Amino acid sequence: MTAKKDQESARGSESLNHETGAPTIQLDAAALAYNGQRLFQDLHLTLPGGRTTCLLGPSGVGKTSLLRLIAGLAAEAEGEARDGAGRPVTDRIAYMAQQDLLLPWASVLDNVLLGLRLRGEPITQARRDQARDLLDSLRVGASAAQRPAQLSIGMRQRVALARTLMEERPIVLMDEPFSALDAITRYELQGLAARRLSGRTLLLVTHDPLEALRLGHEIYVMAGRPARLGQALQPAGAPPRDPADPEILAHQAELLKRLATAHSESEE
Amino acid sequence: MTFLRPLIIFLALLALWQAVVWLTGAPRYILPGPGLVAEALVARWPEILPNAGVTIAEILLGLLLGTLLGCSSALVLAWFRPARRWLLPVFVSSQAIPVFALAPILVLWLGYGLASKVAMATLIIFFPVTAAFFDGLRRTEPGWLDLAKTMGASPWRTLRHLRIPAALPALASGIRVAAAVAPIGAIVGEWVGSSAGLGYLMLQANARLQIDLMFAALFVLAVFAVSLYFLIDRLLTKALSWQADDGSPPR
Repeated sequence: MTAKKDQESARGSESLNHETGAPTIQLDAAALAYNGQRLFQDLHLTLPGGRTTCLLGPSGVGKTSLLRLIAGLAAEAEGEARDGAGRPVTDRIAYMAQQDLLLPWASVLDNVLLGLRLRGEPITQARRDQARDLLDSLRVGASAAQRPAQLSIGMRQRVALARTLMEERPIVLMDEPFSALDAITRYELQGLAARRLSGRTLLLVTHDPLEALRLGHEIYVMAGRPARLGQALQPAGAPPRDPADPEILAHQAELLKRLATAHSESEE
Repeated sequence: MTFLRPLIIFLALLALWQAVVWLTGAPRYILPGPGLVAEALVARWPEILPNAGVTIAEILLGLLLGTLLGCSSALVLAWFRPARRWLLPVFVSSQAIPVFALAPILVLWLGYGLASKVAMATLIIFFPVTAAFFDGLRRTEPGWLDLAKTMGASPWRTLRHLRIPAALPALASGIRVAAAVAPIGAIVGEWVGSSAGLGYLMLQANARLQIDLMFAALFVLAVFAVSLYFLIDRLLTKALSWQADDGSPPR
């Protein structure tokens, strides 16, 4: 009994990323049915602590559902994401969706402070300054007093990123956060996000192989029904990677091939 | 331009009115022309003014009370699931009862004074405000609720910081409807039994065949009701300027 406990706690500390304290996340035997169809079942996924894991796959395969399951937002799913010590992780995540989800009635600054307000934490001058600094560092500081509707889509997504960072959570779950952006803005924001989120346990759902190759330590392709994850692709070098690197381009071709197969499978 | 257009419409309506009088040759005890009504308005002003004050007080108090009650009941419905299950069907089916039929009972219970008319206006307003606000409260953008959940928000703070602000445009449409129907409640209440007010004045004038006075009272009521509606519409639009920027929450 004691031995088992020791073993468990050893596993727990091992699974923390020592530099950043970001936990490794385990998802065991996850299952989700939707309209009587099994999206996935008996699915296993490990998100290594302090690393970026990218999830690719055809639309409708269940990528978003899997991310929502980890976030604790899928009540109808089976399975729960836990850290190495077996504790649930839902209270340590920050979530960023495809839509910026900014509140139209609140200023940009108040949007960044939303988490504090929703938890009833005091909004001190120090926290305000912190939010302002975040906005400055993402180059939207000049818009702090404006309403979201006055901002471009790219700027709004920067504000959403600032709101995510303001949460100071060790785990970040992102669901196609850049897919609504034009190519240049997307490229810019990918680099920005990769730098600002490095050291956290990050799960990024995307449909863009190049985005996954730029940002991911580990890349999974999710395919089939019920969906499987396959072998993780681990490109060399630290993200954000140069998209012009021949190795990355070779990987991209391979991922596209895998996705095309996955797509035709899901069509059947 | 903002004031020119309503003015032109107003003058055109007056002209139409005068044209109908000329074309039909209607006697002055059936349809007095605008000129005669204006004369009556000036001559009988000392009589019209206090009665108008009574009706306006009834409308404003009813509007205030109905809106407050409507907001509270919408919040109760949104917050307590059992309330939704038990009260909502009652509210909805109660709308099948013609509220006007209640007017004599209200007068019987609350007397000939202000109270029965305020109650009447409140009753009429209550449901549109409740329905609109409740609808807004349960149609919060699901993405916002997900976000709040991952942020560790309590249900109370989610209501206060997300659901209520997000429901304000819906509440505003409810209040606009309320502003339009509040005068109906007050006037019906006055017709059933009262000793003051524009509705009372109209009945008295009608009985004495002072049709020009009747029209003058009606005119004052119409001007007040229309001004009230546009004032409230303006204020709401201004208070919810974020909605005009964008139209609807981002999807």
